[in-house]
Amino acid sequence: MSAPAESLQPIRPSQRIALWIGGLAIFLAAWWAVYTHLMTFSEWLVSLLPVLRESHLGEALVFFFYDTPKVLMLLTLVVFGMGVLRTYFSPERTRALLAGKREGAGNVMAAGLGILTPFCSCSAVPLFIGFVSAGVPLGVTFSFLIAAPMINEVALGLLLGLVGWQVALTYLAFGLTLAIVAGWVIGRMKLEGWLQEWVREISINGAANLPEEKLTFVDRLKLGIEAVHEIVARVWIWILLGIGMGAAIHGFVPEDLMVRIMGADAWWSVPAAVLMGVPMYTNAAGVIPIVEALLGKGAALGTTLAFMMSVIALSLPEIIILRKVLTLKLIGVFVGVVASGILAVGFLFNLIF
Amino acid sequence: MKLVKILGPGCKRCDALVTMVKDAADKAGIDIEVEKVTDYAEIARAGAVSTPGLVIDGKLVHAGGLPRPESVRDWLNA
Repeated sequence: MSAPAESLQPIRPSQRIALWIGGLAIFLAAWWAVYTHLMTFSEWLVSLLPVLRESHLGEALVFFFYDTPKVLMLLTLVVFGMGVLRTYFSPERTRALLAGKREGAGNVMAAGLGILTPFCSCSAVPLFIGFVSAGVPLGVTFSFLIAAPMINEVALGLLLGLVGWQVALTYLAFGLTLAIVAGWVIGRMKLEGWLQEWVREISINGAANLPEEKLTFVDRLKLGIEAVHEIVARVWIWILLGIGMGAAIHGFVPEDLMVRIMGADAWWSVPAAVLMGVPMYTNAAGVIPIVEALLGKGAALGTTLAFMMSVIALSLPEIIILRKVLTLKLIGVFVGVVASGILAVGFLFNLIF
Repeated sequence: MKLVKILGPGCKRCDALVTMVKDAADKAGIDIEVEKVTDYAEIARAGAVSTPGLVIDGKLVHAGGLPRPESVRDWLNA
């Protein structure tokens, strides 16, 4: 600001981009500086409290004050990255990409696009109809619909923060595989006739091609920030509750209890976890902190992940919404195929890790 | 008089879009009639894959998320 005359000139686009990228770099550096000192911060905070560090309560508090900022910071970063990436995709463009695709390659593409396409669960029905009526095969549509809610930025960000990148990556790989295989199996069964009748009769006037909004790179960064704002505002309370519960388990629940109930030796624990997950409905944020605490106390990874996938991918409210477009028979097949897939993932994880 | 249809099952964003369109029309002094469409079959027939969708005088101009206020103004003026 040395020369006031200069600051009056309008900012050129190139300068704007440079400013934003500079700001982003400073933010990331500050993020890293804070992130690497979280444990020190937590220990310091607990040392100020009238609590013995070695007590159960002290243990739980250190866990809570360390995990909460860590998870929120990682989540912010992942949601921002995904938010920016997703501005390059839209359900309309995804539909055009998938229309007329053959099964196999189509399932793989649909599962991948399921992660990248911005998708809100209140759009599930119009999206389903829009895909099927535009000539996207039923199995390919299912691959998309299974991948989209299960592998989302919140689930990945939280797994990354709570259990580490190896598990997050494995979850991503297994979730994709599940969506691809389950969609392919459903496609093989040729169940198009099991859609509700009115869905089959809808023919979409192909003319509804929306002109795309032109976005600059700065617009995309702003949309990324908006995504962070929206999602973090929605889930922070669940994260606090979840980590609080996790901290309690961490400090108080005896180790061998969880090993007995949810350990790898109890073969029935995987199906039990899947069954328990179906009536439960929460977003990924609500369930994952519990997941971490369970793992920390000896619950098997496969069992815990099966529980998590079941909560997110198979939920009663979503099934009720889908009932509007699918017949009960088709819903039965959908739930059966996805549940078998989750079981397989659970047993496989328990074998590997 | 323009006929505006907001397509959506009634989530938060659909209501936000209704408010947004009404505000934009007031500012521009354009007379509009707003109709909320919640029937899934009709939403699909309009060609919207994601909601909320916006139809002005029978033409789908937007689908999915909230548009920018400037875009709404332009669509109403078109």
